[in-house]
Amino acid sequence: MSEVQAFIDRLEERSAERRDVVSEPTWIAARRQAGAARFAALGFPTKRDEAWKYTDVRRISEGDFALASDADFSKATAATLTLPLDAIRLTFVDGVFSAELSDLAALPSGVGVEPLSQALATNHEAVGGTLGRLTGVEFSPFSALNTAFNEEGAVIRIAAGTRVEKPIVVQFLSRANAAPVMSHPRVLIEARARSQATIIEHYSGEGEAANFTNVVGEALLERGAILTHYKLQEAPLNDLHVSSLHVDQGRDSRFVSFNINLGGALVRNDLIADLNAEGAEASYYGLFFAQGRQHVDNHTLVNHNAPHTFSDENYKGILGDRARGVFNGKVIVKRDSQKIEAHQNNANLLLSDRAEIDTKPELEIYADDVKCSHGATTGQLDEEAVFALRSRGIDEQTARGLLTLAFAGEVMELVGLDAVAERVERTVAGKLPERFNLAGLVELAALSEDSPQQGE
Amino acid sequence: MATEEMEQLVRREYTQGFVTDIESDTVAPGLDESVIAFISQKKGEPEWMLQWRLDAYHQWLKMKTPSWAHLDYPPIDYQAISYFSAPKSKDDAPKSLDEVDPKLLETYEKLGIPLHERAALAGVAVDAVFDSVSVTTTFKEKLAEAGVIFCSISEAIREHPELIKQYLGSVVPKGDNFFAALNSAVFTDGSFVYVPEGVTCPMELSTYFRINAANTGQFERTLIICESRAQVSYLEGCTAPQRDENQLHAAVVELVALEDAYIKYSTVQNWYPGDEDGKGGIYNFVTKRGDCRGDRSRISWTQVETGSAITWKYPSCVLRGKHSVGEFYSVAVTNGRQQADTGTKMIHIGEGTKSTIVSKGIAAGNSNQAYRGLVKLGPRARGARNYTQCDSLLIGDRCGAHTFPYQEIGNSTATVEHEATTSKIGEDQLFYCRQRGISEEDAVSMIVNGFCKDVFQELPMEFAVEAEALLNVTLEGAVG
Repeated sequence: MSEVQAFIDRLEERSAERRDVVSEPTWIAARRQAGAARFAALGFPTKRDEAWKYTDVRRISEGDFALASDADFSKATAATLTLPLDAIRLTFVDGVFSAELSDLAALPSGVGVEPLSQALATNHEAVGGTLGRLTGVEFSPFSALNTAFNEEGAVIRIAAGTRVEKPIVVQFLSRANAAPVMSHPRVLIEARARSQATIIEHYSGEGEAANFTNVVGEALLERGAILTHYKLQEAPLNDLHVSSLHVDQGRDSRFVSFNINLGGALVRNDLIADLNAEGAEASYYGLFFAQGRQHVDNHTLVNHNAPHTFSDENYKGILGDRARGVFNGKVIVKRDSQKIEAHQNNANLLLSDRAEIDTKPELEIYADDVKCSHGATTGQLDEEAVFALRSRGIDEQTARGLLTLAFAGEVMELVGLDAVAERVERTVAGKLPERFNLAGLVELAALSEDSPQQGE
Repeated sequence: MATEEMEQLVRREYTQGFVTDIESDTVAPGLDESVIAFISQKKGEPEWMLQWRLDAYHQWLKMKTPSWAHLDYPPIDYQAISYFSAPKSKDDAPKSLDEVDPKLLETYEKLGIPLHERAALAGVAVDAVFDSVSVTTTFKEKLAEAGVIFCSISEAIREHPELIKQYLGSVVPKGDNFFAALNSAVFTDGSFVYVPEGVTCPMELSTYFRINAANTGQFERTLIICESRAQVSYLEGCTAPQRDENQLHAAVVELVALEDAYIKYSTVQNWYPGDEDGKGGIYNFVTKRGDCRGDRSRISWTQVETGSAITWKYPSCVLRGKHSVGEFYSVAVTNGRQQADTGTKMIHIGEGTKSTIVSKGIAAGNSNQAYRGLVKLGPRARGARNYTQCDSLLIGDRCGAHTFPYQEIGNSTATVEHEATTSKIGEDQLFYCRQRGISEEDAVSMIVNGFCKDVFQELPMEFAVEAEALLNVTLEGAVG
């Protein structure tokens, strides 16, 4: 416990002076206290906690993290990291809002995108209604920590009936600081009735960075709202990343999640959707590719709280070297949630003998008129497929690379944004252990395509 | 649908619930070192065995009841249980069936196990366990001829101490888990099988367990050893009389398969599941594990679980030998307020090891059942394969079916597949049968039997028939 207390004390001390500057509403102060108390009581999770059985967070608990005080970031680097998209953009550097790297000009009517600090300054009561409603301090030690020390974040509000054409990008950049820093941002999404939007949470940074990001997201989908959410996590390879996203779905709402994890040393994602009314639908698509000693842990949960709700999930994992992947997908069908359909699939590809995957697709079902299935497979590339390609004159390394890309393709082909798909394919190709330059191949394919070029 | 009729059938009384009044030599409830010493002395055990038990007891004292299972039951008072009960006629143990207490034989008759008949007709050697002491063992001579040792574990401790010392606790260590430790301290009987090198056991071995005296926990210990190239098929079946008090059953089964050996272990479990409010009923906490120690050895678990108020059971295989094979076929049926948390563990250690898991769960009434399994592939298990299929069928809207499969894969040459589905009996399937003049009940029975077929066909003939009958009785009319 003393270790946890020391962690809190250090953090308290470091954030104390900053908080005096911002005169906070009392409800926030109360929340902070509750968060700190809860975290002190829980401590960091250990392997004895079922939800953290395979994930060791000592790199976080033993780390000494400062807090960033400015948002200075090399413009040139930012330009290469930023997705080439015509988008509404909100950028944070080590958790601090960067107006310079953001693009909030000409927001369409009915769309509100602003940093949390600004939203609080304008009308803190409007934020207070939803902040923490879905993810409270009880959810996990990290959500408690986030509640206690959250300073910044994104607030996205889509008015009823509004269809947002441009994607909304929330970009988190990690800087190579002298000392590692941590941030506890919040992402708040309110999608009112019949609204439609695409939101991309994008995590990247400077190669040498080694920071800790602990983000909590909450999304509210009212009746008939459609939200496509991308999480593209290509954080620097020494970054520590813990995140959760909790989605509350109203009648006939549709939530599509693409959870793509390529970076980070230690990554833990929690994704939860509550299907609270008839007709609500959630689709989870995930891809993770880990190498070296990367550790990627994905926990997903779908709560079928109402009849006639649907969920579909497909997660793909590729693991090389000594990487470790964890997949825990859970579907809970509440009593009397009849006529629901829930499907879940997790497929993993192990490229190395020292890589490990721990997968646990769970079903908890209390209603009988349901169609539920789940499947999990783990294996290696199909040698016959490799042979088939080789017999057509493709060398072995290219064949293996192509097949690995094809494995990821099942998820990637559903991605509607070319800029995201291309970025991911290129990164995946570049990561392939065969050292064959598949990236060149992808580029070639992109050039030969007649489709108009995306982006800037 | 015919709800009334369905409820009537679901509410059927446990037909095999009766109590045979046989004077028991029972020790007062409670557990301490003196009780263990009493058990050990009663069994005529050597000193080292008593020490072994006491060691387990001391480990047990430090343990906590596991709480991770998807089960809900009041805490068990381990001091309220009597740890020894043996039929009185033990001292002048019968040499043949004629000498057996006629009342006992009557019990078997009621259960539909005509001992001698079955023994004679089916050629099955029955080591009938009535409460905790083996009463009679048949076909011993024939087995002895083949060199097979089939006796009660107590006898084995006295007669074959070297085998017991070598193998007892070598698969399920004394302190493996809470219930295994308790069993190690107080086990009163069970079966011992030893099949020597190259011998295929000439008949299927079978033991009928039956819990009788009130307030007596049943702590069976079974140990089966198959030497190189040996083979044995072992059948375990149980029924129990109706009672209001919860009875604790914590058995341990250990299997050891050496090179090229094959052990097939089949169970039909139909203990008293409790009344419709979930009162009474057996608490069944079992640790079953097989060790494929030798190369190319094979262990196969088949179980049909229809009884018990609580089932906590994970027959597992440790696949140590190269190219060894582990199999798990299970049908679990829960009705009323039964709860079952069952599944398997397949631990792949050796190269080229293979495992198959087929689990079929049927939940009806207010019952809950969970499949919980672990498939673990170590770094040395090159080319290992696992295939898992677990399906659940829900009958009625008050029951629950859950799946918690763990997969830990640390080998890139391994192939692991897991599939699971949950559904109810399709209206169209029912309609299809009905339209062809098959009554609704028969149709359900047909569909359920078809659902379980993959498992039933793994059972030995005699058991397959019994299992199908059991399934029909348990689920008759429970149409959703």
